[in-house]
Amino acid sequence: MENIDYQKLEFPYVRPHELDESSERRHPVVVVGAGPVGLSMALDLARQNVPVLLLDDDFRLSTGSRAICFAKRTLDIWDRLGVGQRMMDKGVSWNVGKIFFRSEQIWQFDLLPEPGHRRPAFINLQQYYVEGYLQEAAEREPLIELRWRHQVANVRETDDGVIVTVQTPDGLFDLHTRYLIACDGSRSPVRKMLGEESHGRTFRDRFLIADVKMEADFPSERWFWFDPPFHRNQSVLLHRQPDNVWRIDFQLGWDADPVEEVKPERVMPRLRALFGDDAKFEIEWVSIYTFSCLRMDNFRHGRILFAGDAAHGVSPFGARGANSGVQDVENLAWKLAYVLEGKAPDSLLDTYASEREYAADENILNSTRATDFITPKSEISRLFRNTVLKLAKHHDFARTLVNSGRLSVPATLHDSPLNTPDADAFEGRMVPGAVALDAPVRGGEGDWLLAHLGDTFTVLRFLRPGDAVPTATDLGFTADIPVRVIGIYPAAAEPAPGAVVDADGLAHQRYDARPGTTYLLRPDQHVAARWRDATPERLQAALARALGRIEETVA
Amino acid sequence: MSQLNTAANLSGPDAFYEALIDAHRDLSLEQSHELNAALILLLSNHIGDMALLRDALQRARHVALDAVD
Repeated sequence: MENIDYQKLEFPYVRPHELDESSERRHPVVVVGAGPVGLSMALDLARQNVPVLLLDDDFRLSTGSRAICFAKRTLDIWDRLGVGQRMMDKGVSWNVGKIFFRSEQIWQFDLLPEPGHRRPAFINLQQYYVEGYLQEAAEREPLIELRWRHQVANVRETDDGVIVTVQTPDGLFDLHTRYLIACDGSRSPVRKMLGEESHGRTFRDRFLIADVKMEADFPSERWFWFDPPFHRNQSVLLHRQPDNVWRIDFQLGWDADPVEEVKPERVMPRLRALFGDDAKFEIEWVSIYTFSCLRMDNFRHGRILFAGDAAHGVSPFGARGANSGVQDVENLAWKLAYVLEGKAPDSLLDTYASEREYAADENILNSTRATDFITPKSEISRLFRNTVLKLAKHHDFARTLVNSGRLSVPATLHDSPLNTPDADAFEGRMVPGAVALDAPVRGGEGDWLLAHLGDTFTVLRFLRPGDAVPTATDLGFTADIPVRVIGIYPAAAEPAPGAVVDADGLAHQRYDARPGTTYLLRPDQHVAARWRDATPERLQAALARALGRIEETVA
Repeated sequence: MSQLNTAANLSGPDAFYEALIDAHRDLSLEQSHELNAALILLLSNHIGDMALLRDALQRARHVALDAVD
């Protein structure tokens, strides 16, 4: 299994049966684009019991390594989708970054300095492996139908759905679907068909990516050079990938010729300057990229929803592209499932747009600031940048100003209409709208708190040793919305059915918990509400609010 | 006498840096120098403490003389 060359895989095109027999079938959801976002979307919808038709215009996985940095939150989501461990086993874990200015190392940092998390800050893994593992999981999932060489030629909204015209090698046919999710990348054909554009800034800079295969003893760290002796006046980034492949990004400036610069005779001297004349390596893949920080004004257009690069784009510094796309997935999948089942109003989908537009703005802000630091736009800006780097050698304060990419962390959805604002006093990071933090636990389904949360609404109730775990019925929940109740005992206690033990006390600390403290978590593991004293009335009101049934909530 | 604080003290370092660079937007180099001079004078007055300012001046001079190549 491990010897599959994922870049060479070709998937069979099957002549669509719709061409030979008229089909009245109406799909609940069609997803366009089988990249990391589209495949994750299909898997998450299937976990919510929604049948998915996934269309891709190609019949291969990603060419070249492309997105390589996958962040902790993405791994947590893939754990929920059952593919996290596979990614971990193949990926290169790293937490340490080093910053160099000219010929000196300025300092190094640890991205995940606190223990007690299942997943590291990042793994590096070539996009074709990510897509390959997701595709294999999708293949095993009976609710997912994945079709290759099915290109969307037209979309037309009707009163109750979308008619999708699909182009195949054997001809055109129409599909009917209640909702369409466009995960078709930065050039999104579906977006163009709607006459929509993403708005933002395009940066006047070019970067050369080279993947080289090399036996080398560099550690698994992220190394970033500002103005190094081997590539004057520009920046260079070095990352390790699996299979002894190293990713190097060379900043080239706007005047670089994209056709000339990818030629081996131009690339090799740059690599030799970095690795030395004695290093033995071969080039695997070379590409030139430019980038923009931009997004669509609205991620929802009626029954068509946009996710991933189709909806928003960022510069690569900070690994916020694919990672934010996978966070789009976890936000949308449960909402769409609840709307399709009639458990939530259609307006819940508006909150997909508003929450993820907010997150996109945060990602764009962070990646724009990093880009402005890396690529100063004026002489004075460069002076400040270089002076910060010199100060950073000796002074802590200047290190906080050095920005080679603020690496991807999930947005806290502070102002979401789905949040119930705190009525009780709490400390710490687990505010309404935050993603639930992990912690080591004992008992039940595994050693990590997040593994216990599942894909439904979850009540997390902190208990005294020996306290019984309340049932969902005890808490006033009815069967129409499944709610899982997880009890947490302090470190010294023993686990019980439905309850885990806070192995190192970290859950209590991270959730600022006392006996009786109760969290209501959404199916995407975001905090919907929390209380010191959770009554059934409060829980019901918060659940209704988190489902977008605003009119039912108690003021 | 208080010490010059060189530990991280900005509540939002990235937002500060963005505002700093933004303040120079569309200025000539000469105007930017003037902005920097004015900014230093304003902040120096705010600090007030001469010993502390001498310390900062000395550290800044050291950075300028430190040729990193």
